[in-house]
Amino acid sequence: MGRELQFEIFRYNPQKEGDQPRMQTFRLEETQNMTLFIALNRIREEQDPSLIFDFCCRAGICGACAMVINGRPGLACQTKTKDQPSKIVLHPLPVFKLIGDLAVDTGVWFREMYEKTESWVHTSKTFDPTKEEERMNNDVAEQIYELERCIECGCCVSACGTARLREDFMGAAALNRIARFVVDPRDERTDKQYFEIIGNDNGVFGCMGLLACEDVCPKGLPLQNQLGFLRRKMGITAIKEIFRK
Amino acid sequence: MQTYYSDLLVIGAGLAGERVAVDSAEKGFNVTCLSIVPARRSHSSAAQGGMQAALGNSAKGEGDCPDIHFGDTVKGSDWGCDQEVARLFADASPIEMRRLAHWGVPWNRVVPGQSFYFKGGQKFEKYEKPENEGLITARAFGGTAKWRTCYTSDGTGHAVMCTMDNRCAQLGINVLDRKEAIALLHDGETCMGAIVRCLRTGQLEAFISKATAICTGGFGRIYKATTNAVICDGGGHIIAMDTGLVPIGNPEAIQFHPTGIVPTDILVTEGCRGDGGTLLDVNEERFMNIYEPEKAELASRDVVSRWMTHHMREGKGVKSAYGEHLWLDIRHLGDKHISTKLREVDEICHHFLGVDPRTELIPVRPTQHYTMAGIRTNKDGAVYGLKGLFSAGEVACWDMHGFNRLGGNSLAETVVAGGIIGAKIVEFLEGYETKIKTDIVTQEYKKQEQRIQDLISGRNGSENVYDVRNDMQEALMKGCFVFRNGPDLEETVETLQKVLDRAGHIGLKSDGLGVNHELAAALKIKGQVKLALMIAKGALDRTESRGSHNRVDFPERNDAEWLTRTLAYWKEDATLPDLQYEDASPVFEIPPGERGYGGGTIIPADEQFVKERMIKKDK
Repeated sequence: MGRELQFEIFRYNPQKEGDQPRMQTFRLEETQNMTLFIALNRIREEQDPSLIFDFCCRAGICGACAMVINGRPGLACQTKTKDQPSKIVLHPLPVFKLIGDLAVDTGVWFREMYEKTESWVHTSKTFDPTKEEERMNNDVAEQIYELERCIECGCCVSACGTARLREDFMGAAALNRIARFVVDPRDERTDKQYFEIIGNDNGVFGCMGLLACEDVCPKGLPLQNQLGFLRRKMGITAIKEIFRK
Repeated sequence: MQTYYSDLLVIGAGLAGERVAVDSAEKGFNVTCLSIVPARRSHSSAAQGGMQAALGNSAKGEGDCPDIHFGDTVKGSDWGCDQEVARLFADASPIEMRRLAHWGVPWNRVVPGQSFYFKGGQKFEKYEKPENEGLITARAFGGTAKWRTCYTSDGTGHAVMCTMDNRCAQLGINVLDRKEAIALLHDGETCMGAIVRCLRTGQLEAFISKATAICTGGFGRIYKATTNAVICDGGGHIIAMDTGLVPIGNPEAIQFHPTGIVPTDILVTEGCRGDGGTLLDVNEERFMNIYEPEKAELASRDVVSRWMTHHMREGKGVKSAYGEHLWLDIRHLGDKHISTKLREVDEICHHFLGVDPRTELIPVRPTQHYTMAGIRTNKDGAVYGLKGLFSAGEVACWDMHGFNRLGGNSLAETVVAGGIIGAKIVEFLEGYETKIKTDIVTQEYKKQEQRIQDLISGRNGSENVYDVRNDMQEALMKGCFVFRNGPDLEETVETLQKVLDRAGHIGLKSDGLGVNHELAAALKIKGQVKLALMIAKGALDRTESRGSHNRVDFPERNDAEWLTRTLAYWKEDATLPDLQYEDASPVFEIPPGERGYGGGTIIPADEQFVKERMIKKDK
C-alpha cells in the first residue's frame, strides 16, 4: 500500500456561468514512480473529467505543464509525488491569463514577447541555395544553444517579483531571448538597437534582483548571468550614448 | 458563427506545418496556422537526435552524397517507399539544412583535428579536416552508410522549432494556438477549410480557405505504450478520413523504437547508440553484435526492435515490476559527452528514472514511436481525393519511409517536405479562385454542434470515453505490436469492431463546458478506433513481412505480391475499412533487393515488372 495522497486543486472554469474560484480536494493512492502527470490524469479519468490542466510531451521537454506545486512553480510532468509531502496543493501559474483550473494562457504571452524582442535573426544577407553554409565556431553554436534551451514554460515569469507587480515587465524569458541573439554572430543588430528594446524599466533595468527566475527554471538556464551580462552591456551602451551627445 | 478567412489554412504548427506556411507567406499570401498547443510545444520539439542530410562535412561522412542517402532510405523502407519521393527528399535535404542555418539554427559544427568516438563499446580515433572547420557536422544514426545526421546537441527538434517559429513571427504569420480542427469543410470535390473548436472557450469557429494543409503529426497515442506526446492522437488523420474520400496509406506500417525507457515510455534518442552506446541483456552482455555482425546496435529500428523482442523471448530480458526490459549502456561515453551531446537524455534519466547514465544502466524496450502510415498524398503533397487539400510531415504518407523510416529522416522530412510542398501550394494558389459554398459551412457547423450536444446530453448512450480508449489501446498492443500473426490479428479486428460500436455510444460524465478534455477525447474516439481497425485489417491482409510489419506466419518479404502500398478508406456507416492497393513506387532507381541487415528471405518480384519501371540514367 502506498501513501494516501491528498490533492488540493484550484478550480475555476470561466466558461461556466456562476462558477466561483475555490479549492477542491481529491484523494489518490500513491503508486511506484508516480508523477503529477500520472496522478492528475488518474484524477480526471477516475474522479472528475471536468478537471482542466495541460500536458503535452510529459517528458520535461515542451514546457506545457508548468503550475504552482506546493507554492513553487515547476513542471508537473517531472515532479515525482515521492518528493512531495502527502498533501499536494496545486495552483495555476500567476501572471498569465487563466484558461481554467490549472491551465493558463502562455501562448499569447510568448507570441507578444517574440514581437517585442523581434525574436529572429536580423540579417541583410539573403540565402543562396547554391552556396556552402556560412561557417561558425562550434563553441559559439553551443553557446547559442545553451540559451535556446528555454522551453517557454513561464515558470521564471510567474516567480518574478517584478512581473507580478508590473504587467509591462518583460521578464527573464524575454531578456534571455535577447541574450541568445546578442551571442549569435549572424544577428547584425547593434548594442544600440538592443538598448532600444531592453534598455529601460520594462527591460533589463526593471529587475529588482530577486532572481527567483533562475531558482525555478526547470532547464537550469543561466538567467542570472544573462541578466548581469545584459545589464553591463546596456549600461555601457547608455554611457557611450551620453558622451556622444 | 465566428468565421475567419485565409488563402492558406495550415492545421498543425509543428515543423512541417510552419515550414509549409513560410513559403506562401513569403509570397504575400494570407496564412493562418492552427495548433492545439503553442507552436513550440509541438511534438517536433521533442525530437532529440537530428536531421539526415548528405553534406559530407565530417570525417566519418566524407564522400557522402544524396545518392548514398537515397540508397539508405530505400533500403531502410524495405523497398516500400515511393522512390521518386525519396529522391526529391535526399537531393533537397542538404540545401534545407543550410537554409535553416541561415535562419538561425545553431547546428553543431566541425571541430578540426583529432577526436575520439565509440562504436560497439570500443574507442576509435578520427581526424576532422582543418579545411572543414565550422561547417555543419554530423553524427551516426542507424541504417546509414555515413555519419549524416546534423544535430544541435540532443535538442535538434527544439532548436529548429524555435528558429522556424521565429521565422513565422518575422513574416507575421497568424499562428493561433489552442485551436483544434474537428471537421473539414468540403463539397465532395474541393476542400474549403475546417470547423475548429477553440480550446480557450470551447466555442466552434469556421476557418475558410482556398488551400488547406494538414500537418498534425503522428497518431502514436492510440497505442498504450508510445513515446509520443499526448497531442499525437490522430486528430488530423481523422478529419481527413471522415470525408470518406481520403485514404490512409499503409496503416499497418507503424514503427517501434528500440529505446523507450521503462516504465514511462519516454524516448531516449537513437543518438545514444549512434554515439557508441550499446544494448545489454540480463547478463549485462551485448547481443546485437551476434544477431547483426555488420551493423550491430546500428541496424535500422525495425530490425533492432525485432531482435530485442526476440532476445527477451529467449529469456534474456531483465524482469521488473513493469515487465521485461533490456539495458542501454552509455557509461563509457563519459561525463563530458553526456553533459554536452546527450543532455536531454541525462535529464530524462535523472527526472524519470532516478538514474545517472554515467554510472548506471538505462532500462529500455521497444515502444511505439512513429507512424509511417498517414494521409496519402502525391509527390506534390496534394492529398488523394480532395482538391485544395495538402498534407506534410508525419501525418502524411508522402511516402519516403515505406515500411520503416530511418532515424533522422523524419525530422528532416518535416522541413524538407515542408519546403517542397510549401512551394507547390504557392503554385496552386497563384491565380487560383474558388467559390465558398456557405451552405456547406453552415451545415457542417450545425452538424458538429449537434455532435457536441449529443455527447453532453448522453443521447447516444453512456459509455465512458476513457474506458473505450483504454480497450482500443490494449487491443493494439496485443495484436499490432512488433510481431504479428493471423489468429491474433483476426481477434484484434473482432475486438476493435466491438470497441467501435461502443465508441458510438459515448456519453460525457462531466458538463462538457469550456475547454473540457473529456469532450475533446469523445469527439475523436470513434475516428481513433477506425484508425486502429485500419492498422489491424491492413496488417491481417498483408500476408508478408516487410520493415516494421512482421508476420510470424509469413516471414518472407513477398515482392511478387506485396510490392504495394495499402490505401485504406472508411466509407460512411462501414464497420471495416475498404482496403485498396497501388504500386509501392511508380519507378525504381534501385531495384528491389537485399537490405544488408535484418536477415530474412525475399520472394522476388516479377523481372519484367521491375525492368519496365527502372529509370534509365544518362551516364
